[in-house]
Amino acid sequence: MAEDIKLMKGNEAIAHAAIRYGCDGYFGYPITPQSEIMETLMEVAPWETTGMVVLQAESEVAAINMVYGGAGCGKAVMTSSSSPGVSLKQEGISYLAGAELPALIVNVMRGGPGLGTIQPSQADYFQTVKGGGHGDYKLIALAPSSVQEMADFVKLGFDLAFKYNNPAIILADGIVGQMMEKVVLPEQQPRRTEEEVRKQCPWASLGKTSERKRNVITSLELDSAAMERNNIRFQAKYREIEENEVRYEEINCDGADYLLIAFGSSARICQKTIEIAAQEGVKLGLLRPITLWPFPTKEIKHRGNFVKGILVMELNAGQMVEDVRLAIEGAVPVEHYGRLGGIVPDPSEVWDAMKQKLNINICNKQIHNVPELETISEESMQEVISNLNKMTP
Amino acid sequence: MDIKDIIKPENLVYAKPRLMNDNPMHYCPGCSHGVVHKLAAEVIDEMGMEDKTIGVAPVGCAVFAYNYIDIDWQEAAHGRAPAIATAIKRLNPDKMVFTYQGDGDLAAIGTAETIHACNRGENIVIIFINNGIYGMTGGQMAPTTLEGMKTATCPHGRSTELYGYPLKISDLIAQLDGACYVTRQSVQTAAAVKKAKKALRKAFENSMAKKGTSVVEIVSSCNTGWKMNPVAANQWMAEHMFAKYPLGDLKDI
Repeated sequence: MAEDIKLMKGNEAIAHAAIRYGCDGYFGYPITPQSEIMETLMEVAPWETTGMVVLQAESEVAAINMVYGGAGCGKAVMTSSSSPGVSLKQEGISYLAGAELPALIVNVMRGGPGLGTIQPSQADYFQTVKGGGHGDYKLIALAPSSVQEMADFVKLGFDLAFKYNNPAIILADGIVGQMMEKVVLPEQQPRRTEEEVRKQCPWASLGKTSERKRNVITSLELDSAAMERNNIRFQAKYREIEENEVRYEEINCDGADYLLIAFGSSARICQKTIEIAAQEGVKLGLLRPITLWPFPTKEIKHRGNFVKGILVMELNAGQMVEDVRLAIEGAVPVEHYGRLGGIVPDPSEVWDAMKQKLNINICNKQIHNVPELETISEESMQEVISNLNKMTP
Repeated sequence: MDIKDIIKPENLVYAKPRLMNDNPMHYCPGCSHGVVHKLAAEVIDEMGMEDKTIGVAPVGCAVFAYNYIDIDWQEAAHGRAPAIATAIKRLNPDKMVFTYQGDGDLAAIGTAETIHACNRGENIVIIFINNGIYGMTGGQMAPTTLEGMKTATCPHGRSTELYGYPLKISDLIAQLDGACYVTRQSVQTAAAVKKAKKALRKAFENSMAKKGTSVVEIVSSCNTGWKMNPVAANQWMAEHMFAKYPLGDLKDI
């Protein structure tokens, strides 16, 4: 059968992928630039087909707690929001992690701090990977850089969440959420029956049967010794995830003189930077972390052995660069280039910054061949920005 | 006659409800929580809904409600129980779902979740313990604290000028179209206990008949927080709390 290729926004792709995954419930609250996720779900009305529940909550706080309630029943449930709304969800995210519940959260980032801007940003990296809520916990964090990955990471996020009984987050930004690209949606999977959920999640609160003791979903443990044991168990799980679930993409890295490291939409911009540098005779590689946690520390350390310097490009004031520096341990210079407040840099601007920060001198031009890459066209980027300009927070 | 001849099933006139387990309760002697737990356990058992009921426990004194009633539970973040119950019920329409919340949880930090769950007419039961004080954290002022009443955070008595007025949140909820049954009960006498149990039964039946949200407020005593003995606390409750929070049905459709 020929692949069913569709053209849609990243936000719409998430909605369609959720229905097709067999997601049991979505709970959300409107916020730009991700409102299309709930709008698409409401338009498609999956409760009439798969039986998926879609509910607009009274707040982001209520929405994440609805996710807790659904996840506590072993259901595949999700929420989505953008930066200020995700800040509100942090309490609930900490409870999900503390109760070891599988759930999917989507953050289509916008510029902050505060109410900030509705333009794209990547300034929630720290909040996402360092624990935005209270306590020692980790979120499995996936950073899509294309509409296809927006669709694919719904399944990946749910699968990882259920594999480890831990919340997972898709950390996207306004560009990936708003831009239109072709996408191949997954096949429709049926939602699990209650019997299947009870088998997969024997801990779920679905009603106490005579075969088992009562199930209690909680993160509370007043006995310090028991609470420490819980934390040690969480940490062991996190080490296992770090061992098994690191995902990243390398482009043009073999034989590269310098390395770019970027995630999400920044990585798409950096793909174009590789071409521009090649015309000036410098071979750049791009390492794109796909899982921001677990972070590709070993892989970055390894690549650091073969390059003269690294530039980390982010739409923030320098967040992921700290993890890159921890990985490189001073072996080669690691510099950062970022734009703030919703400004998206030009690929040539990134190259100029790289030359300046890493003292790259162009003496003899030697054109390198670079692989054909699917970058975001300038027209498409401008369309995204102009569409966002028309929106209101 | 030997004692063994007397302790026989046919002579039994009263027993611990089957769904109450043997965990020693952490509630203070004289507290209303134990009685309300017992009533909820009896109603769930009598309806034959043990394997279909999911309770949502609050933050507050009843945080450990899940230790005492032998059904599946979820422990909520402070005030969020109605949001959690909303999702449990919507995702599992055949289940019987209830929250068990105090006045701080339901009428202060969780006001938005409470009002909106009731306004959506979620087919859940909200059991609301109103004792006019934060018990768990050591007797601080609640939204329901009476005028002039002394607490740890209003040691000179609640001043309406500084802190506003006791919040009659059940009256507010009764105005919402999604709420089908709102009643205010108490459990300080045998007659009151019987009435409260009937109210709980009706509320649980409403939820399974998809009639909308039912709220059963139980005006309760907190003798420790009120710094009284249990008998004096019940007398004080009847005299002062019932004057502000009169018992009876606020709505029944």
